[in-house]
Amino acid sequence: MEMEESLKPLSMESRGHKGAAPIKAIKVKTVNRETIIIQLTMLILAVATIYGFLTFDYKDVVIGEAFLKSLDSLKTMLLEPHLQHVGFGEAIYQVFVTMGLGFLTTLFGAVIALFLGLLAARNLSTPFASALIRGVVAFIRAVPTVLWVLIFSVAAGLGSVAAVIGMTFHSVGYLIKAYSEAFEELDKGVIEALRASGANWWQIVFQAVLPSCATYLISWTFLRFEINFSVAVAMGAAAGAGGIGYDMFMASGFYYEMREVGAITYFILAIAILLEMFALRIKRNMKTH
Amino acid sequence: MQADFFAKRRRNSLVFFALLLLVTLVSIFITEYDVKKGFTSIPKAITWSFSNFYPNEQSWAKLPDILGKLQETVLISIASASVASLFALLFAIFGSETTGINGFMRKVTRMIATLFRNIDVSAWAMILLFSFGQSALTGYFALFFGSFGFLTRAFTETIDEVSSSSVEALQATGASYFSIIFQSVIPSCIPQMISWVLFMIETNIRSATLIGILTGTGIGFAFSLYYKNLNYHTASLVVLVVVIAILIIENVSNYIRREIL
Repeated sequence: MEMEESLKPLSMESRGHKGAAPIKAIKVKTVNRETIIIQLTMLILAVATIYGFLTFDYKDVVIGEAFLKSLDSLKTMLLEPHLQHVGFGEAIYQVFVTMGLGFLTTLFGAVIALFLGLLAARNLSTPFASALIRGVVAFIRAVPTVLWVLIFSVAAGLGSVAAVIGMTFHSVGYLIKAYSEAFEELDKGVIEALRASGANWWQIVFQAVLPSCATYLISWTFLRFEINFSVAVAMGAAAGAGGIGYDMFMASGFYYEMREVGAITYFILAIAILLEMFALRIKRNMKTH
Repeated sequence: MQADFFAKRRRNSLVFFALLLLVTLVSIFITEYDVKKGFTSIPKAITWSFSNFYPNEQSWAKLPDILGKLQETVLISIASASVASLFALLFAIFGSETTGINGFMRKVTRMIATLFRNIDVSAWAMILLFSFGQSALTGYFALFFGSFGFLTRAFTETIDEVSSSSVEALQATGASYFSIIFQSVIPSCIPQMISWVLFMIETNIRSATLIGILTGTGIGFAFSLYYKNLNYHTASLVVLVVVIAILIIENVSNYIRREIL
């Protein structure tokens, strides 16, 4: 009993203790700013969650029954996949259409982001241009992709043009951030040396900056392609962009055919897992470089 | 030698760009992407936005209704990320290299997480729409499954990174499995994990808009309703409200991250 009581304050202290700290790190003060903020954040999230559950618009859904029904349809979906309205070859073709949408988006995004990323990097640009681009990127990222696509489809009509241009916005935002961070990691001395030798901005960019960051740029671009593939699936479903996402939307929302949804899900899953494995390998390469 | 090196490099980049061009052309062909229309649609969209896509007086009257929908969407995003984080924590502990019980459990939990992560939230939304209909729960569960998959992976990586040495040290002192988890692993990972949960909430609000359009709930439904009725002024107000909400949440979570990490 005594033993336990004497241990208690110790365990309280170790709560504030961080893994990789020096020996002095067993903090005597148990309550500091950091722990207060952590606990406050958790409390707010918990309260918001409970408040949310109390106020949601349930629309007379019997939760248990609906849950069992979903499990049942999930079972049908995953265990009895069967293509009905789309042929096997057609489904493969549509997967490639979706990949094509993702690819075009990534390509356009990469080209635009390369230039804007150079202007957003603090070491290669003026503070004003860098701050301006960062502000615009924050705004672009705050508008959900589907809204970009729908806004563009008013001007261009529903289809691949609106989808690619709308999705490009987010890719540009994401890649500018990634690229400019890669540019900023470049050794300051290299740029200074080139500048001292009389090289102009373009020469610095093409002879020093781009060659030394090329691996990073390609890795980030591929990671974005992985994201763009799943975005393209979603846009096919929500914004009529075509591809396998549209077929899935038709199978579930129009034909109510669970087994077809299952088969299409397997197609998407296969590609997504392949891309993820590839991306993991690339990430590992990035760490060793 | 040197000439060889440069010639090889030039050849490599030539092959790379030729391949890129080929894939681009194939993509343009199969997606039926109209290149000319792609370029002309941008100025067209900009002029259209400036003449039609701004909130007018009538649309401001809809603001209370839109804010109500926004509140529901934000709460769904928070609730799904928070509840998913509890499940993800459990799975991450079993799936991590340092705290997993045995190899079999580790593999199974990782497989489940991969499955959940790679089924897109839009697919979940359509599956759940069958049984949950247009209730808030459709969006909630769709986001929950997506968050669960992502957070399990993120938490597993966090536990692997942060706690391998402390787990070893505690094992050497003879501490029990549960005291290792609760006294060392969770406390040392919690700042990272909260950072991931905050990130998930931001992502969820964006996805919630998409799910709302697909399933007819929350702020996404408000947008698609006004959009399909060609009431672009009110639709733009919805976009504005979403943007402000996302920027606020991003800034708050960045502040929290700076304080705790």
